[in-house]
Amino acid sequence: MLLRGLLGPGAAAWSAISGLRGLVLLLLCLGGAVRASEITFELPDNAKQCFYEEIAQGTKCTLEFQVITGGHYDVDCRLEDPDGLVLYKEMKKQYDSFTFTASRNGTYKFCFSNEFSTFTHKTVYFDFQVGEDPPLFPSENRVTALTQMESACVSIHEALKSVIDYQTHFRLREAQGRSRAEDLNTRVAYWSIGEAIILLVVSIGQVFLLKSFFSDKRTTTTRVGS
Amino acid sequence: MAARGGLLVLVLLLLVSAVSRSFGLYFHLGETERRCFIEEIPDETMVIGNYRTQLYDKQREDYMPATPGLGMFVEVKDPDDKLILSRQYGSEGRFTFTSHAPGEHQICLHSNSTKFSLFAGGMLRVHLDIQVGEHANDYAEIAAKDKLSELQLRVRQLIEQVEQIQKEQNYQRWREERFRQTSESTNQRVLWWSIVQTLILVSIGLWQMRHLKSFFEAKKLV
Repeated sequence: MLLRGLLGPGAAAWSAISGLRGLVLLLLCLGGAVRASEITFELPDNAKQCFYEEIAQGTKCTLEFQVITGGHYDVDCRLEDPDGLVLYKEMKKQYDSFTFTASRNGTYKFCFSNEFSTFTHKTVYFDFQVGEDPPLFPSENRVTALTQMESACVSIHEALKSVIDYQTHFRLREAQGRSRAEDLNTRVAYWSIGEAIILLVVSIGQVFLLKSFFSDKRTTTTRVGS
Repeated sequence: MAARGGLLVLVLLLLVSAVSRSFGLYFHLGETERRCFIEEIPDETMVIGNYRTQLYDKQREDYMPATPGLGMFVEVKDPDDKLILSRQYGSEGRFTFTSHAPGEHQICLHSNSTKFSLFAGGMLRVHLDIQVGEHANDYAEIAAKDKLSELQLRVRQLIEQVEQIQKEQNYQRWREERFRQTSESTNQRVLWWSIVQTLILVSIGLWQMRHLKSFFEAKKLV
C-alpha cells in the first residue's frame, strides 16, 4: 500500500531533489562516528579478554552484555576510560547494560574476566554502541519539514529497531535456557546409568562380603565381633 | 541539471563505498593465538566481516599498519562443524559468507606468522567489524545500481529489515522445537530411570534374601 503510492507520481519529483539529499547523506556517512559492534565470543576458564575502542569526547555510548552458556552464567566486567579510571565494574553478573558519555577523547577499554572459574568456559555476548544512529532523513539543507511518507518511514524504522532488539534478547535467553536443558539431559543420563551400576555393584558386593564372614572355619566369632 | 546532479552523487557515493570504513573495535592477538567468534543466524543470511591489522613498531613506539606479508587465516564453520570458508587474507581483508543452515556459525581468526620475531614482543592489534543480514547491505551501492531516490531507498531498507525479522522468527520456531524435544527427552529419561531403579531395588532385595537363605541353610546355621 505504501509502495504503490511511493512509486507513482512522487518518483519524478524525488529524483530532482534526491541529488542534494544524497550529497548530505554521503557527508553524514563520512562524518558520522556511529558504530555498533555486536560480538559473541568464547571465554575460556581462567581467562580475561579485553576490547578497545577509540571514542570522541561527548559521544553517548552503551555497553550491554549477557552470558549465554557455561557454569553459573556469570562473568566479571570492567570498563575503563583512557586515564585508567574505572567507569563500570561488576563481579559475577549475568546480564547488564551500562550507558555513559565519553568525558574525553581516547581509547576506552572493557574486559570480561572468567578468572574465578576453574573449568567452565563461558560464551559471552556484548553489544557496544557508540553514538546515536544517524537520522533516516537528514535534516540539513531541508526546505520543508518531513512529509507524511517520510515521517511514517521514520516511525516504522524506530519500531523495527526495537523489534530487532527484543528479538536479539529473546534469542539469547532462549539459547541460555536451551543450554541449561541440554546440560540437565546429559546429567540425568549419566546419573541414572551411574546409579544403576552402583546399586548393582554394592548390593552384590554386600552379599559376597557377608558370605566371606561365614566362609572361614568355625572359629570366626571373634572376627565377626571386630 | 538533475541528471548531472545525480551523476555527481553517484560518483561521490561510489567513492564513499570505496573508502574503507574506519571500524573502531579492536583487540590484541598473540602470535599463535586463535580467536573465535560465534554468530547464531538463520539460514540464507549474508555475513560480511571486515578486519584491519596493526603491528607495534618499536622505532615509532606506536601501532602502524602491518606489513603486507602478514596475513590472517579466516575459518568459518557451520553448525554441523563443516568448514565453509577457509582462506588466507592479507593484513587487511574482507570476508563474506552466506549461511545455508540455521544455527551457530563459528568465525575463527589467527595470524599466519611463523617467525616469532615478527611480532617483536608486542601484540597484533586486530580491528574487527562483523555485519549480519540487513546490516551487511551497502545501501549506497543499491541506490546507485537501481537508481532509487532517498525515500525509495529507505523503504527498501525497511523491507530488508522486516524480512530479516521474519527469517529470525522462523529460526526461532525451529529452535523452540529443539528445546521442547530436549525437555521431553529429559522427562522420558527421568521416568524410565525411576521405574528401572525401583525394579532393580526390588529384584536385588529378593535375590539377596534368597541367596543368603540358601547359603545359611547350606552352612547349617539356620
